[in-house]
Amino acid sequence: MTREEIIEKGQVVYKKPTLLNDVPMHYCPGCSHGVVHKLVADVIEEMGMTEKAIAISPVGCAVFAYKYIDVDWQEAAHGRAPALASAVKRLWPDRLVFTYQGDGDLACIGTAETIHALNRAENITIIFINNAIYGMTGGQMAPTTLLGMKTATCPYGREVSLHGYPLHITELAAQLDGTCYVTRQAVHTVAAINRTKKAIRKAFEYSMQGKGSNLVEVVSTCNSGWKMSPEKANKWMEENMFAYYHLGDLKDNGIDSK
Amino acid sequence: MADQEVTLMKGNEAIAHAAIRCGCDGYFGYPITPQSEVLETLAAQKPWETTGMVVLQAESEVASINMVYGGAASGKKVMTSSSSPGISLMQEGISYMAGAELPALIVNVMRGGPGLGTIQPSQSDYFQACKGGGHGDYHLIVLAPSSVQEMADFVDLAFELAFRYRNPAMILADGAIGQMMEKVMLPPFKPRRTEEQIIKECPWATTGRVGGRNPNIITSLELRSEEMEIINNNIQKKYRKCEEKEVRFEEYLLDDAEYAIMAFGSAARVAKKSIDNARAEGIKVGLLRPITLWPFPTKEVQRIASKVKGILSVEFNAGQMVEDIRLAVGGGIPVQHFGRLGGIIPDPDEVVEALKRMF
Repeated sequence: MTREEIIEKGQVVYKKPTLLNDVPMHYCPGCSHGVVHKLVADVIEEMGMTEKAIAISPVGCAVFAYKYIDVDWQEAAHGRAPALASAVKRLWPDRLVFTYQGDGDLACIGTAETIHALNRAENITIIFINNAIYGMTGGQMAPTTLLGMKTATCPYGREVSLHGYPLHITELAAQLDGTCYVTRQAVHTVAAINRTKKAIRKAFEYSMQGKGSNLVEVVSTCNSGWKMSPEKANKWMEENMFAYYHLGDLKDNGIDSK
Repeated sequence: MADQEVTLMKGNEAIAHAAIRCGCDGYFGYPITPQSEVLETLAAQKPWETTGMVVLQAESEVASINMVYGGAASGKKVMTSSSSPGISLMQEGISYMAGAELPALIVNVMRGGPGLGTIQPSQSDYFQACKGGGHGDYHLIVLAPSSVQEMADFVDLAFELAFRYRNPAMILADGAIGQMMEKVMLPPFKPRRTEEQIIKECPWATTGRVGGRNPNIITSLELRSEEMEIINNNIQKKYRKCEEKEVRFEEYLLDDAEYAIMAFGSAARVAKKSIDNARAEGIKVGLLRPITLWPFPTKEVQRIASKVKGILSVEFNAGQMVEDIRLAVGGGIPVQHFGRLGGIIPDPDEVVEALKRMF
């Protein structure tokens, strides 16, 4: 029997989006990136934007996002993705333009580009994976690393006197007049995954409706960097990350301006 | 302003007008003396209402060059301009563009350094412009204008070369050319390319998967060394072709010359006057002015070197182009340097004195 014969029409309740390439991902087992990639691919496909999407990948774990989601991609220098996206969207106003960035890329080296692109009300979406650590380079302290959290560059735990405070970049973004929709989500449960998908869809739609800039933070795990099993990492995230990074919409101006 | 009308303007203003007229799609820049008139003129001209050109003041030179990266990666004709310290900030982005093989125009209206230096004209970024500037093995195509007219003319030429070789091109001017006013005939209006034209002419560009084509990926990343070496070799091959085909220079009174002065940009203007003064004293000297600093006119330098007794490189720096002249000449005749630093423009007679002193 072929796969098509086994899966009769109408019986499909779940399938891999066709925009997600059939290649092994380099992400660690348990990492949130794979789930978020799947959601992004799903939303582009469902919106019928495959031929209009121009995506910008960061430097960090998602540097190879272009290998997995089957649309046009530009690979940016570390932190600069929002600058690239600003230009692309202004030059191709009818395209769906979004960046996909981690916390080190977006909230540290690229803080200026992030804040200014958002505040210029560029009609783009920034998808922000916050796992409170530099994953790609081996687990160093990030701007979003929690106080007390141990990383390769704060091996005794993050201390205010040495390292300052974790950065609430998403709260900051919500204060900017240029942002339309700012939300913080997660992908640790099925319900959370569904909410994140809706958030990405809303952000993409607002950007296409010219309502301003959109930021979707996804609080994520980095079980390798955190040196935990995937299961324990999810639990640790719920207990520690959510206490500091509260889930939910921080701003939704899109509804009001309809 | 009507087509083909002679007007009086600054070099920086000429850059802006030429950009609009040659069908530039986007300008991204940040204010810095002595080039701010480029962005100011564009803002005043409002080309977004006429040709549809995007003009955006970025939050930094770092953002400007990365906006240029994004625009170029989507096949658009995009540019930025800055002056020396700002160009230093752009080096990372320029290296990425060379690595990803993206066409774009970068204008450097040089001022004296190092550091914050001075706002007065200088040519001390020759090394940075011609030897790579950022990390990795790459070159920019570098054009050196020596008049306001050339500021206007080189915009279109730089874009043409950038797209022909899929490589960033630089107009390396200086504060004198940027700020001085001269008569200029602006280039005729050329429409911006349509989206269909861009998609057809730049099949590599990230324009969206129009018509369901396979995805385009713009990146300078390749972790496999064997693949990265192939990419580098192909880029080098492109540079060899560029060296073979795109060398441009101007000669002045070289036919009977016993000595040659080499100078580019504003320094060539001073040198021409020096040559006239020297000839009035009976010294037979002529000028070789490289227009493309990279590719460097190596063969022409060698041809001249076989005819003259010595070459004097006149530069507003401590001696940068002189190294390339010495490399080309290879030791057969003396090659000397004369320069002023810190934003000082030498007097033509200073150059004549240097010529007499050194040879």
